[in-house]
Amino acid sequence: MSAKPIQTSMRDALGEALVKLGEEIPELVVVGADTSGSLKLSVFGSKFPQRFFNVGIAEQNMVGVAAGLALAGKKVVCGSYAVFMPGRAVDQIRNTIAYCRLDVKLVGSHGGVSVGPDGGSHQALEDIAIMRSIPNMNVVVPADGISTKKLFTQACRSVGPYYVRLARPSSPAVYTEGTELRVGRAEILRDGSDVAIIAVGLMVDKALRAAQSLREAGVSAMVVDSHTVKPLDAETILSAARTTGAVVTAEEHNVFGGVGSAVAELLVKTHPVKMEMVGVNDVFGESGETDELMAKYGLTEKHIFEAAMKMVKQK
Amino acid sequence: MEAIQFAEPNRQVSVERLQAISRQIRKDILEMLSEAGSGHPGGSLSAVELVVALYFAKMVHNPLDPRWADRDRFLLSKGHAAPLLYAVLAECGYFPKSELKTLRKLGSRLQGHPDPTKLPGVEIPGGPEGIGLSEGVGMALAARLDRKSYRVYVLMGDGELNEGEVWEAAMAAAKYKLDNLTAIVDRNGVQQDGLTEQIMPIEPVANKWRAFNWNVIEVDGYDFEQILGAIDEARSVRNKPTVIVAYTTKGKGVEFMEWQSEYHGKVPDKQTVQKAIEELQKR
Repeated sequence: MSAKPIQTSMRDALGEALVKLGEEIPELVVVGADTSGSLKLSVFGSKFPQRFFNVGIAEQNMVGVAAGLALAGKKVVCGSYAVFMPGRAVDQIRNTIAYCRLDVKLVGSHGGVSVGPDGGSHQALEDIAIMRSIPNMNVVVPADGISTKKLFTQACRSVGPYYVRLARPSSPAVYTEGTELRVGRAEILRDGSDVAIIAVGLMVDKALRAAQSLREAGVSAMVVDSHTVKPLDAETILSAARTTGAVVTAEEHNVFGGVGSAVAELLVKTHPVKMEMVGVNDVFGESGETDELMAKYGLTEKHIFEAAMKMVKQK
Repeated sequence: MEAIQFAEPNRQVSVERLQAISRQIRKDILEMLSEAGSGHPGGSLSAVELVVALYFAKMVHNPLDPRWADRDRFLLSKGHAAPLLYAVLAECGYFPKSELKTLRKLGSRLQGHPDPTKLPGVEIPGGPEGIGLSEGVGMALAARLDRKSYRVYVLMGDGELNEGEVWEAAMAAAKYKLDNLTAIVDRNGVQQDGLTEQIMPIEPVANKWRAFNWNVIEVDGYDFEQILGAIDEARSVRNKPTVIVAYTTKGKGVEFMEWQSEYHGKVPDKQTVQKAIEELQKR
């Protein structure tokens, strides 16, 4: 980690992917709810004005319109900030998109406290839990701009409902353009034998940094990007737990119901090991700069390091 | 009697025949609800003529090919009126009428609220109020993109207008000038907890829609001449969606159910239903 890492933007990646997909898939349409500039859905809108619909600040209607378009044979992408979508539109998502397994890709941007100064009202910490508990829904949480483009593109090419959760700030590249990623397959980014760190989103980069520090402290840490939270890659996670015998999960989400819960649900039935969950401890966020908030709410490389050391000592 | 050609856009079906079909549909609704032992009679009985007019006289569809790309779409947004939709679909021939008695039973395609993944002819999932008009907007937009001439009809309850999403969708339909979209409000005046004007007053209903830039037609929900005329007018209006506000009676046709919120979601015992069916046939 000597050279300064390349910064990537998940939202720019989303816009880029959408334009490409728009050319590739003629039935692709996009619905926005007055946040389409921010989410870069408007990039698609400028390129394909006939296939872009802005329904204003109306997330429930956005999802309902998306459902109608899908029922009439369209492939639909719609999105807003994750506090509002899924937040405002859970019923519509559950009872139309998921219930009928419609071909709609829901993008929730601004997940987690990294949103920053907008404060707790805009920092979704429950969206993964909500979406994970709805049948038929696939849940993907990319780690950087490159994986956003790759995973979102795959989600769009496949048929059925997806929730793709993005973070607002630009973030260091975890992947290179050449990396082959697959929805449903967790990526082992670093091998290790003492502890497995299973992370998603912005926490993946921090997990890699923590693993480097752990190595300097004599601990061999495996790092897994479990970007597909549902369906979880049970095989890879189980194998990581078997190899290391200790697991730390890391997510920018409430520790209740997110990736930590998903991993625990799997391991408790198959291969129980010592586990620690790095995440937000069932509180709301607040205003502040991204780094300040990540530190205050326990979401740094240091927190992952300490959790891993604790697990290793308890083995 | 001559079979109705459902795919023929300009078919002529007499008012007498539509009335006879409506009587049959009411009987089917009561029988299936009685067999099921639960369900929503009030809002199923109130809207019979509206749905009969669409399926038997006006909508272009094909019961033998439910997914026909050019079909007109009927969206039951007030999904609790599932028995009405099922009785009509079965009468058209989408599935055997014998299946009506499986309503709400384990393993049935006739779910308590409609499920399009299970039953042919059902366009949208029903249950939560207020979503259907949004889905109608989506379908109408898709029709325009695909240069298809099919029309989208959305039946809503009047209590349903309490839902904010209805008005979100109403704004969107006007923004996109969806003249291929027709909403129908079953204005029966009663919702689950009581009279609409006591629970959450929605008057002036017609003016609300006018203020949202819709073309508004008000009809007597049991007068076929008016209903058919309104559907024709909606078809001819350009650059605006149309709403047909149909003044109806909750529980229409069964005297002890009429105007009673009690029968929004309650089915009387079998003996009482039998009496109701006899009463229907006398009318």
